[in-house]
Amino acid sequence: MNLLLPAPLLIPLLCATLSLLGRRAVGVQRFLAVAGCSLNLVVSACLLYAVDKDGIQVMQSGSWPAPFGISLVVDRLSAIMLVLSGLMGAAVAVFSLAAMDRHRPKFGFYFFYHTLLMGVNGSFLTGDLFNLYVWFEVMLMSSFALMSLGSERAQLEGGIKYVALNVLSTAFFLAALGVLYGMTGTLNMAHLATIVRSAGNQGMLTTVSLLFMVAFGIKSAAFPLFFWLPASYHTPPSPVSAIFAGLLTKVGVYALIRLFTLVFVTDAAFTHVILLAGAGLTMLTGVLGAAAQTEMRRILSFHIVSQVGYMIMGLGLLTPLALAGSVFYIVHHVIVKTNLFLVAGVIAFRTGTNELMALGGFVRTMPWLALFFLIPAMSLAGLPPLSGFFAKLMLIVASFREYSWVIAITALAVGFLTLYSMTKIWNEVFWKPMPPASSEAMAKVPWTVRDRVCLFSPIMALALCTVLIGICAEPLFGLSERAAGQLLNPDEYIRAVLEEAVRP
Amino acid sequence: MGSLILRKATRYLFPVIMMFSIYLLLRGHNEPGGGFVGGLAAASAFILNQLAFDVPSTKRLMNVDSLTLIGVGLLTALGSSVFTLLDGQPYFSSHWATIRITSDWHLSIGTPLIFDIGVYLVVLGVTLAILLSISNFRKSP
Amino acid sequence: MTEVYLSLVIGVLYAAGLYLMMCRNIAKFIIGLGLIGHGANLLIFTAAGLSTQRAPIVPEGVTIPVVPIVDPLPQALILTAIVIGFGLTAFVLALFLSAHEVEGTDDLEKMRSTDQ
Repeated sequence: MNLLLPAPLLIPLLCATLSLLGRRAVGVQRFLAVAGCSLNLVVSACLLYAVDKDGIQVMQSGSWPAPFGISLVVDRLSAIMLVLSGLMGAAVAVFSLAAMDRHRPKFGFYFFYHTLLMGVNGSFLTGDLFNLYVWFEVMLMSSFALMSLGSERAQLEGGIKYVALNVLSTAFFLAALGVLYGMTGTLNMAHLATIVRSAGNQGMLTTVSLLFMVAFGIKSAAFPLFFWLPASYHTPPSPVSAIFAGLLTKVGVYALIRLFTLVFVTDAAFTHVILLAGAGLTMLTGVLGAAAQTEMRRILSFHIVSQVGYMIMGLGLLTPLALAGSVFYIVHHVIVKTNLFLVAGVIAFRTGTNELMALGGFVRTMPWLALFFLIPAMSLAGLPPLSGFFAKLMLIVASFREYSWVIAITALAVGFLTLYSMTKIWNEVFWKPMPPASSEAMAKVPWTVRDRVCLFSPIMALALCTVLIGICAEPLFGLSERAAGQLLNPDEYIRAVLEEAVRP
Repeated sequence: MGSLILRKATRYLFPVIMMFSIYLLLRGHNEPGGGFVGGLAAASAFILNQLAFDVPSTKRLMNVDSLTLIGVGLLTALGSSVFTLLDGQPYFSSHWATIRITSDWHLSIGTPLIFDIGVYLVVLGVTLAILLSISNFRKSP
Repeated sequence: MTEVYLSLVIGVLYAAGLYLMMCRNIAKFIIGLGLIGHGANLLIFTAAGLSTQRAPIVPEGVTIPVVPIVDPLPQALILTAIVIGFGLTAFVLALFLSAHEVEGTDDLEKMRSTDQ
C-alpha cells in the first residue's frame, strides 16, 4: 500500500525529470510518455480496486501524524478521478506521438505534460487544503507553459487570458485559506471537518465558503467567470487542448465537491442553493455561447462550460442520487470531451484548420472518423444508449425528486441545445461537400500508417468506453452511488485520516 | 554595467557567496537556512556575475545547462526517499546515519540533507533558467 | 492595534492591485497581480493571529522549543506562497515579453483575436 498511494505522484515526477534530462532525445521522451502514463493508469486502477474493497486509504507523508503533516487520502471519488486522469494521460500521450510536432518536445512539452499530470493527481490525492493550493499551482504553471509553448500569436493571447483569471482565482484561494486558518487553526481537511461542525462563528464560515466557491468556480469555469476557457482552449496544439479539456476544469469541480461535502455543509440551505443557481446559469450560458460559434474546438470549449453546470448541479442538490449523478457525469464527460477534442485534432492534423467553413465531406473521406465523432457527440447530447443518457437521467430524476423543477427543465433544454450544436458540427464538418481548397491541403499532408495507428487508437478506445458505460451502466452506477455515499457520510473519511494518526 | 569596481569586486565576492550558500544549505536542518535559501544565494552569485560581465561568461562559469541542473536536483530529491519506500515506511520519512569521527564528535547524515541538496540544485537551476531566458529578450528590441 | 493597521494595508494592497488589473496595460496588470499576491500573504499573516512571542527555533542544547513560541505554520504557508508567487510572476513576465514581441503592443484591448 505504501508504494501504491504516492505512485500517481512519483511516476509522473520521475518521467518529467527523465524527459528533462533527455530533452534532446525526442524518441526517449515519447517512449517515457506512453510508458509512464500507462503505468500510471494501471496503478490508479489498482488503487480504485483497493479503495472500493478495503475502504479509504491514507498515507501520512514523512510519518508525521495527521493534523500536523500532509496526509494523502484516497476515497472512492479520488480514486475514480485518478483513474480518469490516468486514462486521459495515456490516451493523449499516444495521440501526441503523431499529432505533436518535433520541436515542441525539445522545449519541454513532455516535461510539462508530466508535471501537469502530477499536479492533477496531487490535487486528487491530497487531504490538506494548503497542499491542494500547491498542487493547483503546479498544475497551473505547467498548463501556462503548455499553453504558450511554441509562442504563436493566438497561443500567447489565449495564454494571457488564461493566466489572468487563473492567477486571480489562486489569489482568492490563498486569501480564503488564510482566513480559514485564522478561524480554525488547521488546514487538514478531515480535521477542519470536525472543527467546523462545532465552530461558533458560522456566519464568518459561510463567508469564507463563498470565497472558496468563487476561487474554485473560476477554476471549473462556472458562471459568471468562465470567459477564460473559450478564449484560450482552442489556441494550443490539439493534444494540449484535449488534455486541458478532459482534466483541468474537473479539478475545480472535484475541489468544490470535496469541500462542499466534507467541510462546508453546515449552511447547506444557503451555499448549495447558490451552487445550484450557478449550475443552471453555467449550463445555459455555455450552451448558448456554443450556438454562436463557428470553429469546432471553440464550440466544444463552450460545451465544457455547459457540462460543468451539470456536475455542479448534482452537488447543489446534495442528495445521494444527485451526487452519484455528478460522479457519473464527471466520468462520462471526461471521456467524451477528450474524445471529441481528439477527433477535432485529427481533423486539424489532416486539413490544418478547425473552422467549420473550411471543412466538409469527412463522412466520405474518413467514414470511421465520422463514426467515432458521432458516438461521443450523441453521448454528449444525452442520447440513449450511450453514457451521457444515464448521466443526465440520474441528475434529472434526482432534481424531480427534490421538486427542483426549474433546474430539471433547464437541464433538459440544455440537452436539446447540445444536440443542436453537435448536429451543426456534423452537418458542417462531415456531411456537406468539402471545399476544394481544403481537399487540396489534405492531399498534401502525408498520412502514414503510423499516424493512423497513433491517432485512431486512443479515439477508438475512448469511444469504446462511452459505449460500454452506456450498455452496461450498472457497475459504474453502483460505484458512483458508493462514492456518493462515502461523500455524504464524512465520518468515514474523518476517522480514516485522524485515527491513522494515533496508530504508531 | 561596465564598472571596473563591480567587476573587481565580483571576482572576490563570487566564491564568498558560493561558500555562504553551501553554509546555509548545511546548517538548514535545525537552524534557519536550508536548500531553498542556499540555492537562492548561489543563484545571486551568478546574477552578480551576469550584471558585472555578461550572459555568455555566466554560462561559461556555470559549465552545465541550468535545465540539467533542475533535472539532477529533482532526481536527487526523489532519490532521497528511495530508502524509506523500500523500507515500507510512508514517503518522506527521514532516515539518519551517524558517522563517528572521534569519541565525542560525530556526524549525522540523513535523507533530509539529500533532499535539501536536491532542492538547492532545483532552485539554482530554476532561478538561472528564468533569468537567462528573460535577459535573452533584451537583445532583440 | 497592529491588526487594524495591517487590515488597512491589506485593503489598500487589494484595492490597488484590482485597480491595476483593470488597466489595459499588461505591465500594470502584472504589477497588480503581484500586489494582490502580497495582500493575500499579509492576510494570512494577520488572520492567523499576531503575537510578540519567541521565534519557533529550538535553542542550542535543548530538544524541544521553549514555550511560548509563535505558530510557525502561517509563516511556512506564506513562504511557500511567496515562492510560488515568484515563479508565477517570472512566468507571466516572460509571457508578456514574448507577447509584446509578437504583437507589438502592450494594450490588452488590442489582443482580441482569440475571442469574438
